[in-house]
Order: sequence, then C-alpha cells, then structure tokens
Amino acid sequence: MHEEYGGVVPELASRDHIRRLIPLLERVLVEAACHRSDMAAIAYTSGPGLAGALLVGASFAEALAQTLNISALPVHHLEGHLLSPLLGKSPPEFPFIALLVSGGHTQLMRVAEVGEYELLGESLDDAAGEAFDKTAKLLGLGYPGGPALAALAMKGTAGRFKLPRPMLNSGDLAFSFSGLKTAVLTIVRSRSLDEADKADLAAEFQEAVAEVLATKAIAACRKHRLSRLVVAGGVGANLRLRERLDAAMAKFGGKVFYPELELCTDNGAMIAFCGAQRLLRGMVPESRGGAFAVRPRWPLNELAQAF
Amino acid sequence: MRLLAFETATRRLSVALWLDGELLQRSADMPNSGSEVLLPWTHELLAEAGISLQQLDGIAFGAGPGGFTGLRLACGVTQGLAWGLNIPVAPVSTLQALALAAGDGDTWAVLDARMNEVYAATYRVAGDGVTELTAPVCSPPAVLPAPTFSVGTAVGDGFAAYPELQQRAPGLTVCPDQWPTATAVARIGARIFANGGGVTAAEAQPVYVRDKVALTTAERLARGGVR
Ligand SMILES: Nc1ncnc2c1ncn2[C@@H]1O[C@H](COP(=O)(O)OP(=O)(O)O)[C@@H](O)[C@H]1O
Ligand SMILES: [Mg+2]
Repeated sequence: MHEEYGGVVPELASRDHIRRLIPLLERVLVEAACHRSDMAAIAYTSGPGLAGALLVGASFAEALAQTLNISALPVHHLEGHLLSPLLGKSPPEFPFIALLVSGGHTQLMRVAEVGEYELLGESLDDAAGEAFDKTAKLLGLGYPGGPALAALAMKGTAGRFKLPRPMLNSGDLAFSFSGLKTAVLTIVRSRSLDEADKADLAAEFQEAVAEVLATKAIAACRKHRLSRLVVAGGVGANLRLRERLDAAMAKFGGKVFYPELELCTDNGAMIAFCGAQRLLRGMVPESRGGAFAVRPRWPLNELAQAF
Repeated sequence: MRLLAFETATRRLSVALWLDGELLQRSADMPNSGSEVLLPWTHELLAEAGISLQQLDGIAFGAGPGGFTGLRLACGVTQGLAWGLNIPVAPVSTLQALALAAGDGDTWAVLDARMNEVYAATYRVAGDGVTELTAPVCSPPAVLPAPTFSVGTAVGDGFAAYPELQQRAPGLTVCPDQWPTATAVARIGARIFANGGGVTAAEAQPVYVRDKVALTTAERLARGGVR
C-alpha cells in the first residue's frame, strides 16, 4: 500500500490498522487454538510511533481488557525489538549489549534485565534504516528501500566508489548517517550512473553502514566487558551487516544473537513476549479505570518511570 | 435494550447509556484527551445505572465524518468492547446525530472539516427518525450546494467557521453551537437495532468522507514534484 506513495502516509496506515485489527486477531486465535477468555492480559504498543496508528491498538486493547477483566499492558515498541532475540531457539542470557537498528532508531544499549536498559549511544541524525530508505530512493529503488538496496548491493563491488565512514573514530558510541546519504546524492548528481555503477554505489553504501555499526557495536561490548551482542530491528536483516558483526564478534570471543528473520521487522509477537515477561515479573501498571494515553515520542530510558 | 454510545468526532466528546429510552450522558469539551475519559465515563454511567458491561446489548458510535483521530478512538473502543462482549455495533452518521440535536424538520447539518472544507448533508428529522435527503460530502464551503428546502434548521459549527454559508439558505434558523452528541447517537442506534440492523465489531468502521489524504508518487510527479 505505502509503495505507491513512496513512503508511509500516517493517515493511511491508521486507516489500514483499524480495518485489519480484528480479522488478524481472529486468525491468530484460530491458529493458536485459543479463545478470547484464555487471554491473561493484553499487551499493546503504546509508543513510540505514529500517533494515529498507536491509538488504534491502544483503544482496542484497553477496551477489550475491560470486558475480559484483565490487564492491558502498554509496551514500548523498542523494548519489543530489544527482547525479540529471546524468542529464538538459543536465546542469550542477561546481561547483553543490544544494537537496535530500525527505520526510526539506531541505538546501542546495555540490557541488564527485562526493564533495565541503559542507552550507550545513538544516531545524532538519521537512523540506519532511514539512511537505507533514503539512499534507495536516490537510486530510484522502490519502497521499502532497505531490502531493495541490499539486493542491488549483492550485484556490486564495494570500494569502487568511496563513501565516508561517519564518526567511525569519534571515540564514543554515537552515530551519524545523514552525511552518507548526502555523499551518495553528490555522486548521483555529478554523473550519470548505469546499472553496474548503481550496484557498486549500493555495495559501498551498505559496506559503510555495516562497518560503522559493527565497529561501534564491538566497541560497546569491549567497553562493558560483555561477550553477548543482540541485534534487533529491520536493518538487522541485512546479511552484510550480519557477516561483519559475526566476524568481529568471533575475533573478540563473543557471539551475536539475532531474532528469527520474520521477527526482525515490526511484529506483534515481540510485543506479546514483552507483555508476558512483564506480567511474569508482576510489572503491571496501576489501572486508571480504563484511561489510557499513547506516547508517540517516548525515550526508552524513561521506561522505568512507567512502572 | 441497553446500549452504550460514543461520539468523539468533534471537540465535544460524549458517552451515553441508553436504557429502554432512558438516557444518561457524560460530555465535555476536550479535544485530544478522549482516551483519558471514554472508558472511565463508561464505568461511571454503568455504575450509575447499576449494571455491568456484560449486560449491554449493543454499542452505537458516531462513525463520522469528523476528526480522523476522534473517529478512530470511538471506533477502536467500540470494536474492543463489542468484540470482547460479543455484541453488535450500530455505526451512526455523526451528521445524522447533529441533525437529530436540531429537532424535528428539515436540517442542513454542516461541520467544520478544517483545511477550508466542511462536511455537510441534509436530513428530515421526525422524533428519533432521521431520513437522509442528501448524502454527506466534504467540500469547500464556496461550492457546497445549498439545500433544496427553504424552511428548517442550519446546524453545526460549519456555520460558525463559515458564516457566509448562512446567506445560501436565508430561510433557515441557524444553530451554530449545536454538537453531535452520544445521546443522539444512542437514540439513532437504538432505532437501528430495533429495526434488526447492526454489524459485527470487525465491520464497525469509521466513515471518513474525506478520502484524499495524500498524493501518490505518480501524482506528485505529475504536479512537477520530485521523487
Ligand atoms: N535487508 C535489509 N537491509 C537494510 N535495511 C533493511 C533490510 N530489511 C529491512 N531494512 C530496513 O529496516 C527498516 C524497517 O525496520 P523496522 O524495525 O520495521 O523499523 P521501524 O519500526 O523503525 O519502522 C526499514 O528502514 C528498512 O528499509
Ligand atoms: Mg520497529
């Protein structure tokens, strides 16, 4: 749906959500052979994200919880991503370093326990996924650009074009990706590119992002003396990034944990898992008689205050 | 019949409880904070009537047109309650609810749609019966067709936002400060259910009327835009 518009149109996304919510829910219950009365609680994403879309899930979940006399559990979207590798076959033990790379975020975090997250560094401008999407657009690829750009990069060779490695040696754990996109724009404007050129440029772009992400993720592990690195968010599906991370972590004597591929991008399972973890630990927010609020902007380090 | 009703298409939010013709309502002017009050008000009304959520027979909601966020709030809460309770839903046109508030006779219902447009429709009201004369449209006030009747009511904040609209129907009594209310939604909803109408929770959807909310890439390019 969003492809036709060259990006997500918030209003259209919200309209889509309210149409699909119940049909999806009914399908999931059938597949899980569950009845509505089997539910122990209802977890939903209350932020951060598009206000209109958040409100659809929140209003439905909160109202439904009232009818079943169970708790509604507002979940932080990024917490869902962070914990998603725990749903895998060989889940990591706490504590670990998490690299969260999605369309909206690029963050390194130290995860001590469920609910205990320390932000170590993040992007000062564009998120990694956003950089992929914008660069894909510059190269005339469709939406979402990340997977398309990654596919094109497979056909090209990194190093033929030279792109910067922003903040690679900044000495901290911060990132910056907007300059990379500008560098691509400069090249695109300066000459006409044939298909082979575009593939080479895509490969170099992917290499630049993967190198910076991998270097800083390893630096975070080193600094905090942790040998477990968890990668979450849509960009975590990028194969070149995985190669670089795996190689670097192996050298360091550590291991990288990824969510199952279908759990890399946004999904309800990770939100359900978060809700379950919180429920198991008794981290249930005080009921406010059905009053609720969504938080389109919600820094993860404010999460503790919600409970 | 016990019905719960929501109307949040405008800044006047309301929740009503219909008990075989008797009505209880909560309402307030509070744009953007509907999520804070809709369910708490519901519990207050149920407590006042001494019944539980489980004793409801159906839910009516103002389906629009109106503010998109408000429409989805009422719809989302309605879907959640109706799906959980396994009871039917009566989607009610917000403009019909507005017309009902104006009382018997022919009514031109016009809501301010922002962005230099209005939502408008005409109705014939008799008691709790509202017959649609012309379907809801979203239109710039300047090109909105005047109603065909010359005696009746002009109702809604559209006439406050665009006073020039009043000159298009000089015979009508203007009530710019009436709002669509959950009470009116409940009365219309009760009729829908009494006539065997109603839909499932999944079928309960907002009626936006304004459907052009973004340009496709192709349209942007055609207008000389960039990719
Ligand atoms: N193979 C890939 N390589 C690079 N980026 C990817 C790949 N697959 C998905 N992405 C990017 O991941 C992002 C979507 O991830 P997601 O976690 O759903 O983000 P958000 O929740 O912030 O929208 C998009 O920016 C998309 O382009
Ligand atoms: Mg995400």
